[in-house]
Amino acid sequence: MKQLFNLFQLFFRIGLFTFGGGYAMLPLLQGELVKKRGWATDEELLDLYSIGQCTPGIIAVNVATVIGYRRAGISGACFATLGMVMPSLIIILLIASVLTQFMYNRYVAYAFGGVRICVVALILNVIYGLWRKNIKDYFCAGVFIGALVLLLVFNLSAVWVVIAAGAAGYWLRGMAAK
Amino acid sequence: MIYVILFFEFFKVGLFAIGGGLVTVPFLFDLSEKYSWFTAKELADMIAVSESTPGPLGVNMATFAGFRAAGIPGGIVATLGLVFPSLVVMILIAKMMDKYSCNTRVQRVLDGIRPAVIALILSAGIEIARMAVVNLKAVIALVVFLLVIHFGKRGPIFYLALSAVAGIVFKI
Repeated sequence: MKQLFNLFQLFFRIGLFTFGGGYAMLPLLQGELVKKRGWATDEELLDLYSIGQCTPGIIAVNVATVIGYRRAGISGACFATLGMVMPSLIIILLIASVLTQFMYNRYVAYAFGGVRICVVALILNVIYGLWRKNIKDYFCAGVFIGALVLLLVFNLSAVWVVIAAGAAGYWLRGMAAK
Repeated sequence: MIYVILFFEFFKVGLFAIGGGLVTVPFLFDLSEKYSWFTAKELADMIAVSESTPGPLGVNMATFAGFRAAGIPGGIVATLGLVFPSLVVMILIAKMMDKYSCNTRVQRVLDGIRPAVIALILSAGIEIARMAVVNLKAVIALVVFLLVIHFGKRGPIFYLALSAVAGIVFKI
């Protein structure tokens, strides 16, 4: 029971501080799960993101479900997911019912302006760490640059980028192994 | 029964919006045409609000639409409907992952995908930067945050709180 409450509380906190969707959550997940608790490795988080990209639903929820399941089975998955969505639920209900003017307040806008820039900085910082750990050879660098071009220049959907990269890994790593 | 309809409609969004986040938007536009829960303009406003409130856009939108349709219980039911497909699918995948993660073929596929996911995360960061880093003040703030985060020893939540204060003080 304590375990379930801890999962709920952890993902509640992550959900509360995630501004800007699933990817903005990565620095928080890395801080809490990898650095502080050792529940997952950087590589496992990346794998979860790639799976989340190709499966139904919201990435944030997908990650919470898997981590919760690993820690405490199906009830763990449910508690982690509930924790993840609860802050949004409360905040949006508040905004929709009483605080309609809240979002247009000048100081709120300034605070969010600062937070959004901080999110960019946090994401760049995480990418720097992931790059140093995971981009070890020409193959990885090639996939990274190829994926970036497909995403930014050709606006290809993330699902196809993940599938193409998986296929490239299967064939090219397979050839290297022979 | 409005609750059943809400649950079912958002269950469908959750099931078919593969990739999450902004992928849910076209599905939500369809809902705005089919029902009178919210208008297309309110949806656009909601996307803007979601950019600056915590939590995933899909969840925010389900809560908002459900609330409009049937009050607070409606918001809760719609959110549960949205989340339910992910929950089921991911529990199944988590079971499979434990079984196959040591398989060398699976390893090879994941080896290929990891650098691509780093690129995905970078492109998401660039998307947010396009909205947030709009003037010289913002560029300076970004550089300062980068240095503080890189050399600091605190967790991300500390920096997020700090940046909200900095935003108000320096009118970013």
